[in-house]
Amino acid sequence: MSARYLPYILIFPVTLFLCLFFLYPFVLVAQQAFTTGAGFTLENFHDVTGHWKFPISLKNTLYLAAAVVPVQLALALLMATMVNGMGKGRDLVLYIWTIPLGISDLAAGIIWLAIFEQSGFLNSMMSGLGVIDRPANLMNYQNPGLIFLAIALAEIWRATAIMLVILVAGIGLIPKEYYEAAEVFGASPWKRFLRITLPLLRPSLSTALVLRVILAFEIFAVVQALGGTLFPVLMGETYKYQFELLNGGGAAAIALIILGISIAFTLLIMRLLRVPKGATI
Amino acid sequence: MGHRQPLGRGAIKGANVIAEIQIKNIAKHFGDYQALNNINLTIDDQEFMVLLGASGCGKSTLLRIIAGLETADEGEVWIGGRRIDHLSPKDRGIAMVFQNYAVFPHLTVFENIGFGLRMQKLANEVVTRRVERTAELMHIEQLLKRYSGELSGGQRQRVAVARALAMEPDVILMDEPLSNLDALLRMEMRAELKGVLAQSKTTTIYVTHDQVEAMSMADRISVMHEGRIVQATTPVEVYRNPAERFVASFIGNPPMNFIPAAAQGNGKWKVAGQMFDGPNTDIKSLEFAIRPEDIAPAKIGLTVTVKVIEPLGPHLLVTCDIAGALFRAVLDSDLKINPGETITLAPQPDRIRWFNRQSTKAVV
Amino acid sequence: MTIASPEVSADTRKSGRYVYIASVILLCAWVIVPLYFLLINTLSSPEAVNSFPKSFVPDFDLGSLTFFANFAGMLSALKNSILVAGLTMIMSITIGAPAGYALSRFDFPGKGLFRFLILLTRAFPLPLLALPLAVMFIRTGLDDSIFGLALVHTTLAIPFAVLITFSLFSGIPIELEEAAWTLGCNRLTAFQKVILPLVLPGITASAIFAFVISWNEVFAAAVLTIENRTLTAFLLQNLDTSPLHLKFAGGFILVVPALIFIFAVRKYLFAMWGIANR
Repeated sequence: MSARYLPYILIFPVTLFLCLFFLYPFVLVAQQAFTTGAGFTLENFHDVTGHWKFPISLKNTLYLAAAVVPVQLALALLMATMVNGMGKGRDLVLYIWTIPLGISDLAAGIIWLAIFEQSGFLNSMMSGLGVIDRPANLMNYQNPGLIFLAIALAEIWRATAIMLVILVAGIGLIPKEYYEAAEVFGASPWKRFLRITLPLLRPSLSTALVLRVILAFEIFAVVQALGGTLFPVLMGETYKYQFELLNGGGAAAIALIILGISIAFTLLIMRLLRVPKGATI
Repeated sequence: MGHRQPLGRGAIKGANVIAEIQIKNIAKHFGDYQALNNINLTIDDQEFMVLLGASGCGKSTLLRIIAGLETADEGEVWIGGRRIDHLSPKDRGIAMVFQNYAVFPHLTVFENIGFGLRMQKLANEVVTRRVERTAELMHIEQLLKRYSGELSGGQRQRVAVARALAMEPDVILMDEPLSNLDALLRMEMRAELKGVLAQSKTTTIYVTHDQVEAMSMADRISVMHEGRIVQATTPVEVYRNPAERFVASFIGNPPMNFIPAAAQGNGKWKVAGQMFDGPNTDIKSLEFAIRPEDIAPAKIGLTVTVKVIEPLGPHLLVTCDIAGALFRAVLDSDLKINPGETITLAPQPDRIRWFNRQSTKAVV
Repeated sequence: MTIASPEVSADTRKSGRYVYIASVILLCAWVIVPLYFLLINTLSSPEAVNSFPKSFVPDFDLGSLTFFANFAGMLSALKNSILVAGLTMIMSITIGAPAGYALSRFDFPGKGLFRFLILLTRAFPLPLLALPLAVMFIRTGLDDSIFGLALVHTTLAIPFAVLITFSLFSGIPIELEEAAWTLGCNRLTAFQKVILPLVLPGITASAIFAFVISWNEVFAAAVLTIENRTLTAFLLQNLDTSPLHLKFAGGFILVVPALIFIFAVRKYLFAMWGIANR
């Protein structure tokens, strides 16, 4: 066995696996979305986009992403910079802050359900404070804003950790000398953050944002746990087409729409946060 | 991987194995970049050969080709009359010391030194005996139970050398082994390594960019430049009679002075307005070269303007201007001169060297 | 720059310090308090879970958990989850680690393309794969099977396994391996004797990471299993119908391994992402 072929032998299993379970299924999904039994057609797309629920679920998904991701980014940046200057206790604080990383979206939905359900902790607290005398049913169709808030909070609670980890790792790669140099030149902590941390963190920011934005468009289980059918999102519609309507073509069409939005945003983020060649650390 | 014939493993070096190394027509490319260009070199049994050159000259690549860590595009490597360039590193009868020591962090010092012996499946007593003997030789017998994380850089260096010596190899290859140590430790280890290697009578190839290290340790130095060996000879010869202008300028600190010389016929050359005796050739123009320490103040000689004086303790390093070019001289520190003065300096006649301006080769 | 008098600057620095500490504690509470609420609900009797107002301390009643354990299909769903996650862990590491090693040690034509393929997987909403695979699996008889789902979860986990092991192997100087070769090892023995002992803790961490990815996955599990539901799929399916105490106990069981796993891999979390970023 020659050393020349060794790397190919080593990457072969992954390549095979990804071709079989990643590339091939996507070809299938595309095929399914563009056919109804007789040749190429856009009928599936007309079908799903024409359904009255589609604009609502598209709007819900996009609004959620727009509300959640910026807050997560700001929060993760804040936490990462806080941790950066921390002496003792850093490990403990980091552990606590990264706990949600291991928690599934379904579990996160259930956890926030414990707070927002009718006999939940929010109602209990408000009645304890004398604000209300009877538990209000918060999560119903009369309070769409509240459902939105609960889902957004659960998402922010759960998925800020992954951004935090990427950003902390990224900040760790920035040499301390740059900060010292900036300090010598009279830059305040805020200026140092703005002029050194942010630009040098661009690769990490781009990774974190791409990952988060894609996951935000895939939001599903949190919504199912907290809003159920009251708050339709794209991924939930996919699930419904597949199982309740038994319409595989429709499910595939929505899947491709999610995919299209994801790719568009990935390209946009990578373009905005591109680092010029030679300007890397 | 079929046939292997370990060479001289376990044999006492110097008793019966003649570990002469022959490097024949070695060439190596990395993409478009020619790292090594037609290298030919013979290293005698028990010789201490230093490969000297600036970074990127190909010296480490050559060493790694001999070790089998890199494959040459062309050429052959022979050790002790046996061609080895197709063998894997473990079958070449070599041991290697790496620049950053490569002491295994998960093993104790004892197991590090004994690693190669264990791979040969030697009996426990034999391993223990040889590890202890080598550890004693390198003065690390009190560290045998420690891990690499608990050692200083110098101690790690000793472990790395002991690990190579314990193999009792035909050839030891060293890749800048002292470059990560501080200056004082480097000087101490230099002398110690030279002693230990001479005692072990192992053929050694030693890569370094430090000319002092090369001068003080080598039997012979191969000066490398841009992928080829420029000159391979004894340290004194390299210093006194550089074969090319590159060697002359690379070796020696401060570097040699070069001044253009114009032919006046019959072996007479005009250098900065002064006449010198030189080679009698047809070439119209050469370069005159003299080392700064081979210059002394005199009545007749090169007239120079003093620009900077740097006292170095025993000497003064005087930087002068001669016809618009820099000219350095190492002069006695008792000398009373000031910047801006014009003085006359005479080169020691038998130390003057001449180089062809086109080929840059020495002209005799 | 203005020069503040020493007392003022010392004062502002001190108050700044208090704000800093308070925000750290607040953010810790933000993470922990919701978990604590879940814990209260889990360790309360079903009656207490459904009553109002809630007590803010648990009454340490195992009623909810017992109900969970006795709920039809729940224990087998738990077992399925563990099996799928275990299989995913083994497959993603045995398939992913060699590729990570190849990326860290060799330069070969096609390396860029391979890395692109790996990174591409991150830009795609992978759970959607479950839809066409559901059809493919029915044809091959893998539908509704532990192994079939583990294959999909492995696809989710493999990019991470490759990138994490790539960063682990890159962290080990190639000289250690080369030293082993000159000391009588071949590629395989050098890997066994030198590289493996050094990366094993990191490999374990990335295996655990793969486990958690599978353990938490909801969508593909719900699409691909019908009889052999995993815990997440089972809980999702019964969200509308199951009583609150069942949801909370289920949620709790989902969270516990995550807590332990994140604790186990905490040392590697940041190192893993450091290189995986590029």
